[in-house]
Amino acid sequence: MNQGTSVPTSNSAWKLHEIRLISRKMEIPIVETFEFEFVDSAVGQQYVARAGQFNMLYIPGYGEAAISTSGVSQNTGNIEHTIRQAGNVTNAIFRLELGQTLGCRGPYGNGWPLRDLEGKHLILIGGGIGMAPLRSVIESLKQSGCSFLKVTILIGGRSPEALLYSAEYDQWRSSGFEVLTTVDHSTTGWQGNIGVVPSLLDHIELSDPNAAIVMCCGPEVMMNYCALAAIERGIPEDQIFFSLERHMNCAIGHCGRCQLGSYFLCTNGPVFRYNQVKELMKIPEL
Amino acid sequence: MNDFQYFRMDQFPDFLRQLMHSGYRVIAPTIDQEAIVYAEIQSIDDMPRGYTDEQKPGYYRLQHTGNQRFFDYAVGPHSWKRYLFPPLQLISTSIKSQDGWTFEEHVDEGESYAFLGVRACELAAMRIQDRVFLEGAYVDKNYQNRRKASFIVAVNCAVPSANCFCTSMNTGPKCKSGFDIALTELSDGFLMEIGSSLGNEMVTPLGFPTATEEQLSESESVSDHATEQIKKTMDTTDLRNRLIGQLEHSHWQDVANRCLSCTNCTMVCPTCFCSHVEEVPDLNQERVDRRKSWDSCFNPGFSKLHGTPVRNDTRSRYRQWLTHKLATWHDQFGESGCVGCGRCITWCPVGIDLTVEVAALCEEEP
Amino acid sequence: MPEKLRLGIFKFASCDGCQLSLLNAEEELLELAELVEFAHFPEASSRIESGPYDLVLIEGSISTPEDLDRIQQIRRQTDTLVTIGACATAGGIQALRNGANHDEFMKLVYPHPEYVQSLATSTPISNHVSVDFELRGCPVDTGQLLQIISDKLHHRKFSVPDHSVCRDCKLQNIVCVSVARGIPCLGPLTQAGCGAICPRFHRGCYGCFGPCHQTNTDGLTDWLIKDGHSSSQLIPLFLNVNAEAPEFARTAAQLIRQDSAEGESDE
Repeated sequence: MNQGTSVPTSNSAWKLHEIRLISRKMEIPIVETFEFEFVDSAVGQQYVARAGQFNMLYIPGYGEAAISTSGVSQNTGNIEHTIRQAGNVTNAIFRLELGQTLGCRGPYGNGWPLRDLEGKHLILIGGGIGMAPLRSVIESLKQSGCSFLKVTILIGGRSPEALLYSAEYDQWRSSGFEVLTTVDHSTTGWQGNIGVVPSLLDHIELSDPNAAIVMCCGPEVMMNYCALAAIERGIPEDQIFFSLERHMNCAIGHCGRCQLGSYFLCTNGPVFRYNQVKELMKIPEL
Repeated sequence: MNDFQYFRMDQFPDFLRQLMHSGYRVIAPTIDQEAIVYAEIQSIDDMPRGYTDEQKPGYYRLQHTGNQRFFDYAVGPHSWKRYLFPPLQLISTSIKSQDGWTFEEHVDEGESYAFLGVRACELAAMRIQDRVFLEGAYVDKNYQNRRKASFIVAVNCAVPSANCFCTSMNTGPKCKSGFDIALTELSDGFLMEIGSSLGNEMVTPLGFPTATEEQLSESESVSDHATEQIKKTMDTTDLRNRLIGQLEHSHWQDVANRCLSCTNCTMVCPTCFCSHVEEVPDLNQERVDRRKSWDSCFNPGFSKLHGTPVRNDTRSRYRQWLTHKLATWHDQFGESGCVGCGRCITWCPVGIDLTVEVAALCEEEP
Repeated sequence: MPEKLRLGIFKFASCDGCQLSLLNAEEELLELAELVEFAHFPEASSRIESGPYDLVLIEGSISTPEDLDRIQQIRRQTDTLVTIGACATAGGIQALRNGANHDEFMKLVYPHPEYVQSLATSTPISNHVSVDFELRGCPVDTGQLLQIISDKLHHRKFSVPDHSVCRDCKLQNIVCVSVARGIPCLGPLTQAGCGAICPRFHRGCYGCFGPCHQTNTDGLTDWLIKDGHSSSQLIPLFLNVNAEAPEFARTAAQLIRQDSAEGESDE
């Protein structure tokens, strides 16, 4: 699945780079987007991450967390991470003040398949925080200059307030992308769809299923239903991609934690073709 | 260069002295805590001469034979991974200043160890860990430095234990490659096979004579005899696919009813490589060490995701260990992760024998 | 310098050993005193201050009528409450009286039991008030105790390793006393934290850190019995400082039933 190399800024296993928090923006409750710059700008200039890759962010005393990139500024090497406040590390990141520093290793993982997309119908599906790694896909598509058949973005959230990046949807639409949303539970004033994300797939216009590429990130149950809905619409299995999640400790295939069957999610993933993992995902607690 | 040389039993101290004079700390079998373990020795008197071991599932006993032999036993609780991939290592230190954090990575230059008494299955285990730590996309420099700094004196097994099954895994009992020197203990001395130019440089000053035909043939019979004594077997024919086809077999629960999920099998396994890194901060959290230590897929916390283990019972944890070792390891590293040393059988506190479990798992469900 | 953490340490039915584990942290104590105000620590200082407290460490079990009130009062004044040691988390060795005849015990021990106010049971703190975290051990480990205080100081979620004692033996080169010497050892069932101190001195683990998460006590007792140990030999392994920990209590009860069944079949 590896297309091209986007290797870490150091090939040394545990070498950390110091990064500085330069801005943060509240997205939805307990989710914020943080922008960091490399303290050593020479490192920043060498840093290149593909959409779907991740960094290990490190706060001394709290540990590391694997966080997908949500955007990389091409010129400065600044990195953006949309983070949900959950464990010790992310709590400590949320306590950071602007100008404070932390550690970073990366980028790691294979990333989304973003080559040879000319003439394709891209369908990006994100549930909850699962939109975070897809936002960097949207950013790269905007910059790619590639002529797509179509780009459809399907977004699900628990409630209208939980739809991630809602302030950016208009901008995505003006780039020519189709954006559809749905919520599990509506609140006052919501006029849009109510229901699970896979149901959105039933409604989109699909002129050529064989030209469709589905990239999906969210809870495993949601992704599985999205795959079934996509297959129902005639999209081939090997054109459906999932970004999977397991606990990671080293990110370089040495600690053994993130295994799923034969795969190390950190080095073989986190992005997999549906047909690579569908049998594995059927077995509970594998 | 003579590939095969011979030295008398009374010249063994000269051989050992030569290793030490060449700057190596010699790690060899020695008796500690009622077992034969690997630790630093100063002379051949520190070695378990005249001892053997009795091993059964969940059972190990040191026995005094009273003979004059040095290597009449099988592998014990330790493996060389303890020296190449130490159970606890400091990997980095973070120091806080007014401007932010300074991150110092620790790279261990690698102690010059001579490992004396490495068995064929253990050579295979080293090759397997090399693939994990050196031959993937990322290199573990600490492991690499230690591996480079080590000198390997292998020993061909003469007395395997009842838990050995290297013949099934095609790793022993005779050492074929991966050593600098390989010894076979004969009735009155050692046959010495030179396996590398480093090994040749080491022994040239000793001026040992070329081995005779009789000595070569005695050495062959030691290995043949060892092979005959190995009774435990595991059918490895298409084992990867046979196990992957049985992920929902009811026998996994049967093992789980006996397994304590205590991690012993993974700790003694010479190929198990899982680890985790923990934070060791001072009270002010201004100086924070990061420490890497052996971990195990049998620990519930090992697979914890969003607060809950993915493998949330012993059944799924035992399945992960066994299928990784014997099946998915092939996909990841091109070979089995098991070398047939039998340690996981001996040191399981409830005597679970993976060869028996594998046979049961490969039976069709009733 | 941020405001100091107000720490309170309170004792219920116990031997004081867990509090001593904190005093044993000799080197760190001065550093700790820079960050923490010891507002209530009678074992160390006669200066006693009233609540509220940011962090309270409770040693000991609830075993008298007075304890029932006092623990409620403490909880009301406490932000974060952590129990320390086997007594506070599982009732301790004194919980061996639970289910036995309390009045008989009193008569045996005291010439005038009517002067003694005591409950018929010894119970963990969590049976009475909400507990934010439980630190195991008899006594607790000094390192884990300092870590808990550090976690509170630095806003970390409390957690301690969940692996068995066996891993700690292996990390320290300790040869398994069970496999190499045939000594029954609770290490495979017991949560780590002690640094495998008993096996280090060639003794079996007696389980003072209590059962591991998802422990399999039957797996071990089945093996030991098959290996020639009798049920009666194994009972004391489980009826110890963590006798009231549910897994150990269940196993002890089962072994007692087996033992009496064996006794009957012998007759």
